[in-house]
Parts: sequence; C-alpha cells; structure tokens
Amino acid sequence: MSIVELAGVPPPPQILRAENLSAYFDKFQAVKSISLGIPQNEVQALIGPSGCGKSTFIRTLNRLHEEIPGAWVDGAVYLENDNIYLRGTNAVDVRRKIGMVFQKPNPFPSLSIYDNVVAGLRLAGIRRKSLLDEVVEKSLHQAALWVEVKDKLKKAGTSLSGGQQQRLCIARALAVSPRILLMDEPTSALDPISTAKIEELVVNLRKDLTIIIVTHNMQQAARISSQTAFFLMGELVENGPTKKIFTKPKDPRTEQYITGRFG
Amino acid sequence: MTQSVIEGTQISSVELKIRPARVKDTHVQDRIFWMILRFISWSMIAIMAAIFILLLKLSFTSLAKFGFGFFSGTDWNPPLDIFGALPFIYGTVLSSLLAILVAAPVSIGVALFLTQLAPKPLRTTVAFLVEMLAAIPSVVYGLWGVFILVPFMQTFVQPKLIHFLGPGSTFAALAAKLLTALVYPFILIFQVFRLNFDGWSLEQTSQMMMHFSNQIFAGPAYGVGLLTASLILAIMITPTISSISREVFASVPSQEREAALALGATRWEMIRLSVIASCKSGILGAVILGLGRALGETMAVTMVIGNRNEIKPAILAPAQSMASVIANEYNEASGLHLSSLVGIGLSLLVISLLVNSIARFTIWRVERVKK
Amino acid sequence: MKPIQGIGRGDRRRRLKNVLALGSLHLIALIAVAPLFFIFSYVIYRGVPNLNFDFFTQLPKPAGEVGGGMANAIGGSLVLVGVASLFGIPWGIAAGIYLSEYKLGFTTKALRFVTDLLTSVPSIVIGIFAYAVVVAPLKAYSALAGSFALFIIMIPIVARTTEEILKLMPQHVREAGLALGLPRWKVILRIVLPGCLSGLTTGVMLAIARISGETAPLLFTAFSNDFGFRGLTQPVASLPVQIYNYASSNDELWRAKAWTGALVLVMIVFLVNLLTRIIMKSQSSRS
Repeated sequence: MSIVELAGVPPPPQILRAENLSAYFDKFQAVKSISLGIPQNEVQALIGPSGCGKSTFIRTLNRLHEEIPGAWVDGAVYLENDNIYLRGTNAVDVRRKIGMVFQKPNPFPSLSIYDNVVAGLRLAGIRRKSLLDEVVEKSLHQAALWVEVKDKLKKAGTSLSGGQQQRLCIARALAVSPRILLMDEPTSALDPISTAKIEELVVNLRKDLTIIIVTHNMQQAARISSQTAFFLMGELVENGPTKKIFTKPKDPRTEQYITGRFG
Repeated sequence: MTQSVIEGTQISSVELKIRPARVKDTHVQDRIFWMILRFISWSMIAIMAAIFILLLKLSFTSLAKFGFGFFSGTDWNPPLDIFGALPFIYGTVLSSLLAILVAAPVSIGVALFLTQLAPKPLRTTVAFLVEMLAAIPSVVYGLWGVFILVPFMQTFVQPKLIHFLGPGSTFAALAAKLLTALVYPFILIFQVFRLNFDGWSLEQTSQMMMHFSNQIFAGPAYGVGLLTASLILAIMITPTISSISREVFASVPSQEREAALALGATRWEMIRLSVIASCKSGILGAVILGLGRALGETMAVTMVIGNRNEIKPAILAPAQSMASVIANEYNEASGLHLSSLVGIGLSLLVISLLVNSIARFTIWRVERVKK
Repeated sequence: MKPIQGIGRGDRRRRLKNVLALGSLHLIALIAVAPLFFIFSYVIYRGVPNLNFDFFTQLPKPAGEVGGGMANAIGGSLVLVGVASLFGIPWGIAAGIYLSEYKLGFTTKALRFVTDLLTSVPSIVIGIFAYAVVVAPLKAYSALAGSFALFIIMIPIVARTTEEILKLMPQHVREAGLALGLPRWKVILRIVLPGCLSGLTTGVMLAIARISGETAPLLFTAFSNDFGFRGLTQPVASLPVQIYNYASSNDELWRAKAWTGALVLVMIVFLVNLLTRIIMKSQSSRS
C-alpha cells in the first residue's frame, strides 16, 4: 500500500467502464467478458502478446468493432453513466466523444494539413473560419506539430514524414475535443525519435483528456502509463497501477509475460 | 571416413559427366519454345498493324478523293457518289456521350453499393446480375430494344418529353437564354476581328438560340432515335464502368475508412471523404473505358437508332452512327461507296483506340500510385 | 439512463442526409439490374412458344410459311465458333504464357498494352479486316472468313485471361520444377498449366460464350445461308445474324422465331457464366 492509498485519498473517478464486455467475430469470441474501469485524466495501457484481443477490445470502446461484417458485441460500456451500447444510441455520436488514432498513420490523402485537422469539425457543421483557425493551432500544439507545419498548412497531409503524419492524425482526433482518446499501437510503425515525441505529447495530454493506449512494447507502457491491464487470449488477466504490474504482478501469467517468458 | 569421401568423389564425378550434356539439350528446347511463343505474341502487334494497313488500303480511294472534306461533309449520297461522314461522327459521339451521362452515376452508385453497403450474400448476387448484363449479346439488346423499348419510348416517354421540354416549353426558353449568354461573347469576338457574323445583334442571336433549343426535344415521337440508342448503350456499358469502379473502391485500405468513422462521420460522410475523394482518377478511367465501349457498339445501336443519315439537334430524331451505317450499307456497297464505308471504319478504329488508350493509361497510373 | 445525444450542429440534418444518400444507393443498384429482368423475362416469354424440336432440326421456311426452324443458323454457329476456337484457344494461351512467364521489361508492357487495345477494337472493324483478308481475295463470302474474324476477336481475350490466371500461381511452384532440373518449357506445360486448369477453362469458356454472340463481324464475312453448312468456302448462317435478319424483317412468323433464337443464345451464355462461377467456387473452396 502506498502512502497515498493509506491516507485514504479516493482513487480518480472512472470515466469509462466496461462491464462483462465480449466481442465476437461471427462465432469466434475474441474478447471474453471483460470488466475494466479507466481512470479519468490518466493514461491506461493495454498490453499482451499478439492476438490476445487488446486491439479488438479497444475497438469496442468507440463502437468501431461492429463495422466489420459479422462482428458483434455483448455487454455494456459506460461513458460516465451512459451505456454506449444502449438501444437507440447512434454510434456516430459515441465516436465524437471517444476518438481514435490508428497503428499506421492515415491522414486523408486528398486533403491539406489544415483540412485534415478540421475534417471532423467540418462534418459537424462548424464552418466559421476564425473558430477553425483557433482549433487548428490548438490541436497542432497539443500534438507537438505546430512549429513544424505552421508555415505549410495548405500542403497535402501526405507530404509529411511518417512520424509527422501520425502527429497530424493525433491533432485531427483532438480537434473534435473528445473526452477520451484511444490509441491502437500508435508508434509501432514509427522510428524511435518520432516514438519519443509522441510518448512525450501523450503524457502532456493527460490534463485535457483520458488516454487508453494499446502497445506491444512493455517499456513504452512502463514509461507513460499510470495504469496497465494485461490481456491474454481474450481475457483480462490483471489490471493495476503500472509500477505494481511491472514489479509485483499478482498473476503468474503476468509475471511470465513481463519477464519475456512468452509473447 | 576416407572411404565415403572417395565414394563421394566418384559419385559426383559420374553426375558431372551426365549433366553438361543435358543442360545443352534442354537449353535448345527452351530456346525453340521461347521463339514459338515470341512469334505468337508478336503476332498481336502484327495483327494490329495489319488492321490499320488493310483499312487504309481499302479506304484510300475515298480519302484521297475527299480529303478532309470526308470528315466535315454532311452529305451522304451513294447514288451521286458524294460521301461526307459528319452525320455518323455526330451520331456516334452524341449517343456515346448521352450514354455516359446516364450510365456513369448509375454504375458508380452500384459500385459504391457493392463495396460499401451490401452484405456478402447480397453482394455476390447483385455482382453476378451486373456481370450478366455484360454477357448478353448485342443483338439480343437490339431485339429487345426494337420490340419493347421503342414502343415504350414512343407511347409513354417521348410524348412527355416533347410536352415538357420541347418547343415552347420553359426548359427550351431557359436553355435558349443560357446558350445566348454563352455564344454571344464569341460572336462579338468574331465581329471584332471581322471574321464573320457581321451585323448580328443580340436579338438575332437570341432568336437563333431559341430556334435551336426548341428543337432539342422536338417531336415527332418516332420511338427510335438518338435518345433510345443512348439509353440502350447506357445499359450495356454499366457493367464495364461498374466493375472497374468496384476494383478501385475496394482497394481503399480499411484504415482510411475507419479514420473517417472514428471522427464521428456518418456512413455516407465516410464514403464521400475516404472512398470517393481518393478514387477520383480511377473513376475517371472507368468512365472513359465505358465511353470507349459505347463508341464501338454496333448491333443494338443499328436496330434502334432509326438509320437516318442526317444531323439534327433533336435527340428524339432518328440518326446514324459510324458502326451502324457500316452494318447497314456494307453488303450492297461497291467502289467509292465501299471505300468510304471503310474510311468510316478506319475513323472509328482510330477514335476507339485513342479513347481506350487514354482510359487504360489513367487506370494504369492509379494502380501505380496505389503500389 | 438516456442514450448519448449528438453534440454537433445540424446533427439531425446529417442523419437525414445519410439515410437519403444510402437509400438512393440502394435504389440505384435496383435500377441498374432491373433491365436484366426485363430483357430476360421478355426473351423467355416471347421465345418459349416457338421453342421445340423443330427449331433445332428444321431448316427455315420462306417468309409467310408456318413451321421450320433455325437448324442452319445453329449448325453454322457451331462450325464458326468451333473452327475459330480450334485455332484461337492454343494461339491465345501461347500468347498468354509468353506475357506471363517471360519478363522482358518494356517489351512485355508494350505487348500487354497492344493486346489490351486489340480487345477493344470494335467488332465491326474486325469484320472489315476479315473481309479484306479473306473475302476480297476469294471474291466470295465464306465460313472461313467468319471463323477468321471470330478467331481475331478471340485471341487477345484468351491471352489476357491466361496471363491473369498464370500470374496467380505462386513463383515457388515454378522454382520447384526448375530445381528438379526440368527445362523451362516442361515446367510451364507439365506443371504450371495443369495447375491452373480450372482457371484456364473458365477463361476459355467465357471467350467462347463471347464470340458465340458476336454479330457484326459476321455480317459481311460469313453472311448467311438458308441451307446450313456447305463447306468452309461457302457462306453460312449463324444464330446472331439470323436473329438480326429475322428481327429486321416484316414477317410476323420470322420475328417470333427471332425471339426464340435470342432465347437459345441467352441460355447458352447464361449457362456458361453459371458454370464458370461454380468451377471457380469449387476451386477456391478446395484451396
């Protein structure tokens, strides 16, 4: 028990809570009845060997999983107190509040850097140039990209390097002011320097929103997250403070994964 | 140890003796095989060249006699040995363009439906049906066209078109105003440079355009005609445009589509943003390919276009295309007449090859970028 | 607990636009395939009444007389397509093998491009070409000329489909054959081709179905003949040309037979397409 826990300081509120969430591809159950709470304004890491269901799980959090033909979900996910899977809830509305950054940088190829960042806003009907300009600057600052692109906002989004494109995608996701940002192995396709830049900006984003990051890189999880969940074969094996998970894990399987016995 | 080494050396030397002879043999066999294949493949180029040369030879008399006038002449009069091909160029080009106008949105819509919306079993069925459209022979389209579509056009569609868009209608008036606005500046320019149109006033131009636009949907309702031919062409080229568009749409990586969805886009917004926006050149290539197919279509067009060797602005009027005039008149033609028909065939070949080359080049560029 | 509400401006309008747009796409798909049903149903409706044994075995009667069939046209089509395929299939496959197996950089690209262009030459132009090559020197219409025209149409189609099918075979199969010490040509003919047999068959079948329906190139090459096949140097009737002639005539009985002819043609094409799909499906489920 840490001093903080002993002092009775309540844990941060949970902004997102999965309850008995299962995800299926036709008959195959990829995610098995997961119950997990995500603390607000923290970075939550999801680790585990490949194929363990962590990517599938994170896609159920913004209702992207069901876009795959034959894929479906059972259980509930509460954003604060609202179940995003409640009948009548439009997935489109959910995705405005929970944003996502993908493994491979994917800026919209036909749009400029500026247009990429405001794409989400334009779709929502926000057209006033002054407002858009403000959001562009703010989002690019948050994504640690402003200095590098402020003079070439009209250039194509695809004219940037890999690491810059990924930061552009982060800016694009941030522009619509989501409460939560999901990141599915955002740095696995990038070089170490870009990776470091993104890790730094993720840590800085905590004051504005909550981040859930899937990573196969344990050192990355140890560096930037405050809470880590270990997945294995579709099940949540263990979830807890990052330091605890990496030094004194409760489950022997967690310990085996961390010490590199498999995965 | 030593034993096996000696054995090993013996065996390998025996093998070495056999192998060189075999290699030489098979090398010769391969060369012969390769030469046969090469000859056969290059025959493609030979055939293409032969087509050009023979068509040029057969049409030479006519082209030499009329020169450029062959393509600009509007009179096609076999008994008097006067041959001008413009009516057929007009018929082919206009019917193909109208066909594209109708077919492109439908084909692209079907392609979007198949790649973005349809669940797997529906997709296979609908895709099969669209491909069956491509498999129906042209003469069957013509047969259906003559006995089913033409009466339908004559009884139901064309009278309505004449009534609502024909002479005296609001459409004709609006079209006249638009045309006058477009054309009058050019007339002014011509007047300034004293080239032509001396003394033409705005009033005159306006009247001219009114007269013209009144004709676009003028009757009588023949049933056959340019519009009917364009409609059948549209049905026939839909599978072509749709299949290429499908390939292009399907090649959009799913992560690009998910990126739009993750921003909170509706499905239609995602299609606009991630699919259509990035596939513009591919769609263009598909449409141009459809145009190429429409230009060369013969039987269905011959049977419904009305076979009138005239140029008229009325799209409900009978007309004639390059392919259909050849189909109609070739068997009874001889001498200069035959030579002129072959000249038309040559022009059709050139136009068709040009359009198809542009289409394939556009599609080839799209494929290169994707890689 | 209430469902999550949208927070964007004009959200209802976006949702409406979405529904309208997606609905239109459904409608467009329906419009696109509707003509197929119209054409099929009319061909069956008008064609079935005259579909009898006589149709396939009797020669046509003169205009106005009841009875008779299209035996001449059906037999003629069989001959024309048969002769064209006899030469066209091996020729096309050979060209396809060359395009797929021998990579010479720019030359292959050029050859492929010309082959593609050849497939898009209007078929009536091919008819003129065949006229110039066969009809003009012999000064007569002939089945040979018609077969030649169909042959020219067939080769590039078979060549391209062969190339596409051969490309699907993974490279390591060829390498395994070569590693056994087999000469290149044996690897191709004995190992690669047999491995692609189903794909090749479907490609060939589709090409045959395509040329069976061609009319324009036969109009002034094979021309027509009321008595069926009389020799390669004589004109011969064909199903598509007969349909065209009957459809353009003034005789009611002839016109009715035109529908039956169209029915036969459409049935052949439909069956071939169905068959190829079944073959391809069984092939993919096996692998």
